[in-house]
Amino acid sequence: MTALTLSNVNKSFGAVHVLKDINLEVEDGEFVVFVGPSGCGKSTLLRVIAGLEDVSSGEVRIGGEVVNTTPPSKRGIAMVFQSYALYPHLNVRKNMSLALKQERQSKEVIEQRVAEATRMLNLEDYLDRYPSELSGGQRQRVAIGRAIVRHPKLFLFDEPLSNLDAALRMNTRLEIANLHQQLKTSMIYVTHDQSEAMTLADKIVVLKAGRIEQVGSPMELYNNPANKFVAGFLGSPAMNFLPAGLVSEGDERTLGVRPEDLVLAGDGPLKVTVQHVEQLGGDTNVIARIDDHQITARLFGQHVVQAGTELSFGIADGKSFYFDKDGARLRA
Amino acid sequence: MHKARTNPFNTAAMHGALILYTLIALFPVFVILINSFKTRKAIFREPLALPSADSFSMVGYQTVMKQGDFFLYFQNSMIVTVASLFLVLLFGAMAAFALSEYRFKGNMLMGLYLALGIMIPIRIGTVAILEMMVASGLVNTLTALILVYTAQGLPLAVFILSEFMRQVSDDLKNAGRIDGLSEYTIFFRLVLPLVRPAMATVAVFNMIPIWNDLWFPLILAPSEETKTLTLGSQVFIGQFVTDWNAVLSALSMAILPVLILYVIFSRQLIRGITSGAVK
Repeated sequence: MTALTLSNVNKSFGAVHVLKDINLEVEDGEFVVFVGPSGCGKSTLLRVIAGLEDVSSGEVRIGGEVVNTTPPSKRGIAMVFQSYALYPHLNVRKNMSLALKQERQSKEVIEQRVAEATRMLNLEDYLDRYPSELSGGQRQRVAIGRAIVRHPKLFLFDEPLSNLDAALRMNTRLEIANLHQQLKTSMIYVTHDQSEAMTLADKIVVLKAGRIEQVGSPMELYNNPANKFVAGFLGSPAMNFLPAGLVSEGDERTLGVRPEDLVLAGDGPLKVTVQHVEQLGGDTNVIARIDDHQITARLFGQHVVQAGTELSFGIADGKSFYFDKDGARLRA
Repeated sequence: MHKARTNPFNTAAMHGALILYTLIALFPVFVILINSFKTRKAIFREPLALPSADSFSMVGYQTVMKQGDFFLYFQNSMIVTVASLFLVLLFGAMAAFALSEYRFKGNMLMGLYLALGIMIPIRIGTVAILEMMVASGLVNTLTALILVYTAQGLPLAVFILSEFMRQVSDDLKNAGRIDGLSEYTIFFRLVLPLVRPAMATVAVFNMIPIWNDLWFPLILAPSEETKTLTLGSQVFIGQFVTDWNAVLSALSMAILPVLILYVIFSRQLIRGITSGAVK
């Protein structure tokens, strides 16, 4: 069964066309990540699914039912917000149980579900605290707990980690992944961070300027990007783009090479001047110039390279991508 | 910044300035208070002296109590002020919420129209208001005053509150919607508590002019049963003779309720419970 189906969804704010003909299916139990640069419409798409915005045209189905005119609370969804959005006047327990009370669930059900969520999220000690007495990470866990207790058909996460510091972000990311394994519910997760998308997703949806650029599993998108935008957006450091003429005379295409596919080779076609070296311990990023183009090479292990050194790089076999001048992928 | 704040000289200068201002602001109130406890002769002989055993007199308060129904005036003022404030805050906040939260045609125009009242003094319309009150039979009722003061207070209330409501996190309201709260619950339970400091500001700004107003009570409700405190005190001020004891006593007593209301609202001004709602 499909958890969510979007057919030809369009959304305009006045004259501004924000979402353009979005078609998407989310299967039961799937973890789908919407990723894209800011302003690409990914949050708007999430709000349309949640029912916080109406579609201008098109159809939204959740669990097979058309929900275009269903209010958010009746759609069987739960949402976690970037700013946590906890109710400041209620303690943790009441924050979590409010939605169930609105649904007129019995006391036993409420108590049992809150207990279940608190156990999953290790919130037992904080049930009687108010949001103002919690740290950022704890608040985010309460916000997730508030979503869990509803037993939704679909979880929506709106950049839930962007207010947390780096270490906490890593932990919470793992927690969300664990949660998905335990609950086996469909989840939609919005982020602008490609590493969150790569690590969490079963399926990544790359958006740009209100359109879906490509949909697929993380490795599909990484190994086989449909266009220059997807190729450049996923992966860190980002893919290098160079005129293919640098490698083979007279070639007008754009060549894309991932930093880890550049290999040191004395007779390699790319003669570069090293500008800067980032030693990360596990690997070394060499940032260099070739003509007016900057390229990044990722060398595994530790390398001592001085800025200003001349190096030659070759490209690993079958790891070159070619794009035309509009950014579309050219397959050999 | 931090260094400047802990510098003892700066602290002293800051407190000195504040204390000086407090003294200047409180001085007239202090003079009114001490003179209300003195005999008429003592008031004129030494206006700044504290009441002594010789000059002490409660004659002003006795006159006030005897003449006219002062408790009724008090009650009228209180009813008018509290009811008007309640209506201004309720309707002002509701209008502000609608203007800041919902997208609808003419939203902008409606906001400007409501703000127009800030620029046009309501007293310009006194004649029309009086005619309207006569036609609807509301002359000499407290309702007339409450309606006029509500109208007078709304523009500024809508203006200030809609600014503050725009700052309330959208995520919080949306979380409420997803949890199945009605728009009214979101308004009363989530948004209002977060704009409480702004509400208190509006309340304080509106309260004092309403309490002190002489114009509309004199025109719309001058009857004995509907006199407000300010209007009631006027009986002691004559063209030729003014009963200063009584005037000062009446004024001293008029300060009290407004002081109590102010204390209630100003505590709200300080209390900020926004922390923890959103980052």
